[in-house]
Amino acid sequence: MTANGPAVSCRNLKKYYPDVKAVDGLDLLVERGECFGLLGPNGAGKTTTIEILEGLNTPDDGEVHILGMSWNEHGQELRERIGISLQETQFTDKLTVFETLRLFRSFYRDGRDPEVLLRELSLDEKRDSRNGKLSGGQKQRLAVACALVGKPDILFLDEPTTGLDPQSRLQLWEVVSRFREGGGTVLLTTHYMEEAERLCDRVAIVDHGHLIALGTPKELIAKLDAPHIIEFTSEPAIESDAFANIEGFHGATQRGGAWQLRVDSLAAAVPQVLGTIESRGAKLITLTTHAATLEDLFVAMTGRELRDA
Amino acid sequence: MPETPARPPLLELTIARCKEFLREPEAIFWVFAFPILLTMALGYAFREKAPDRIPVGVVDNAFAKQRHAALAKSPVLQPKIYPLEQGKEELRRGKLSLLVEGDATPVYRFDATRPDARTARVEVDDALQAAAGRRDVMTAREERVTEKGSRYIDFLVPGLLGMNLMGTGMWGIGFSVVNARLRKLLKRLVATPMRKSHYLLAQIFMRITFLVLEVGILIIFAWLVFGVRIRGSIALFALICLLGGMAFAGVGLLVASRAKTLEAVSGLMNLVMVPMWICSGVFFSYERFPDTVKPVIRALPLTALNDALRGVMNDGFAITQLAPQIATLIAWGVVSYLIGLKIFRWQ
Repeated sequence: MTANGPAVSCRNLKKYYPDVKAVDGLDLLVERGECFGLLGPNGAGKTTTIEILEGLNTPDDGEVHILGMSWNEHGQELRERIGISLQETQFTDKLTVFETLRLFRSFYRDGRDPEVLLRELSLDEKRDSRNGKLSGGQKQRLAVACALVGKPDILFLDEPTTGLDPQSRLQLWEVVSRFREGGGTVLLTTHYMEEAERLCDRVAIVDHGHLIALGTPKELIAKLDAPHIIEFTSEPAIESDAFANIEGFHGATQRGGAWQLRVDSLAAAVPQVLGTIESRGAKLITLTTHAATLEDLFVAMTGRELRDA
Repeated sequence: MPETPARPPLLELTIARCKEFLREPEAIFWVFAFPILLTMALGYAFREKAPDRIPVGVVDNAFAKQRHAALAKSPVLQPKIYPLEQGKEELRRGKLSLLVEGDATPVYRFDATRPDARTARVEVDDALQAAAGRRDVMTAREERVTEKGSRYIDFLVPGLLGMNLMGTGMWGIGFSVVNARLRKLLKRLVATPMRKSHYLLAQIFMRITFLVLEVGILIIFAWLVFGVRIRGSIALFALICLLGGMAFAGVGLLVASRAKTLEAVSGLMNLVMVPMWICSGVFFSYERFPDTVKPVIRALPLTALNDALRGVMNDGFAITQLAPQIATLIAWGVVSYLIGLKIFRWQ
């Protein structure tokens, strides 16, 4: 079946649990061939959303279409066409990497050769190792291999690099990029801004089950109206009214005793910030600057950080 | 490199389960070694031997020596002389089955509810009467029965086989399924096009694969060591083992179909298995239970399996004579598999 329509679309998606509104009226549209990131802190509803899209959870309300098909009518066909990696799947310890992949291959009508896939994911050296003996990065790559072995049109990855070391993370990013080169669509959740900026064409930022921002990483950062961030601490801390006169100032957020100022130009703003601190009779303790990221956007929009929100 | 040949998913799942099982050393012990150890221990404890002599006491008085000598001639009594109080004490503790008191007229002190005491009463009286000059008016000839197929070990081996088929079916499937659920592996599997029934069938097929080994080892052991034989047809015996294995694989699936933790599934399995260990005639015949509960006991899968196994092994019954048991096993297997599949919790 080659139904038309976007890779993923959902409208007014809702999922309420007794104690929390996990997803509260979410609209998403992912085009074919796109890499789409679902970004948000823990508990934002990312996993619930992606599991509904994967057909593992049913929404209380709303419509879901994957490749133009619905889970109710075309569940079996859809399972042939998507590949998923759950947030935490532990494959059977007693089987080897190759045996696991071969087992998953057998479920699909059409698929990739496990041997080739293992080479592509640099798991060929671990081919005959038991799953229980793999490192975190290797386990995650095996999970992605199991997602890819059915030659999916869409790859769903739920926090694929959480808890991995930088090296393993880079390896996974390469795997995702290669899948996209072959025309595949990717929908991933993450709370790493860097990952979203690096991999995703478009990003949806969600918080408390709502969409709070949507666009390309560049567009989103541009929404801050301020490309630079100055972060400093002083002794004693100074009041928020001190910043109003700084040139190109767009806003400030205080977190854990440190101020984050969003400004147009570092060259103009940094001397003024130092001057302000001195004029208030305070002493500068630390000062750092960086180009604005999605993380800063999230902080500006919610007043909380992504990772520990 | 040539492409890995694709095998059907059901075969692939079954192979995966078999490998998993074989790589679990503890499982190998419980399935293969434990039943043999148990058979050995019980076979030794209940081996054929002359019955122990019955200990009887003689109260120390003027007649004691004479009575002791008379009782010592009996092949089944082991007399000993005691002072009165000590003799009563030993009797109370159960170390003696009977105490002979009294002067010229002997007095037998014993607990009439104990079978060994009643035997002692007959034997003691017999010995003392003979010593006092009684003559038997006729002599009977004895013929002792130790026919194979009617010994305790012949009763025991089919029971242990049934118990083992139940245990390995339940544990082998229950633990692996709940473990896969805990690891979210079941959730991952249902996101693939895998047929759910294939996953459950693979569990059952894995059981059947090992059943052949499990049954074979125990039967060959019992034959070599205790001379236990299958009097009926081997094919019927194999069929009964197969149906028994499938029935308990089904029950195992049903028990594991909803449980979320290993503790929960262990508890449930004990709840199902312990009553059958007791009621289904593993170690002793369920004929001792009241008639009113026997129909319930006979409807239990382990009872059906044990009865069928004993029927084919000891009585040499044909399939028609075992039809009720076979039907019971099939019903348990099919119904529990279908319910298990229906209510199964995949995530």
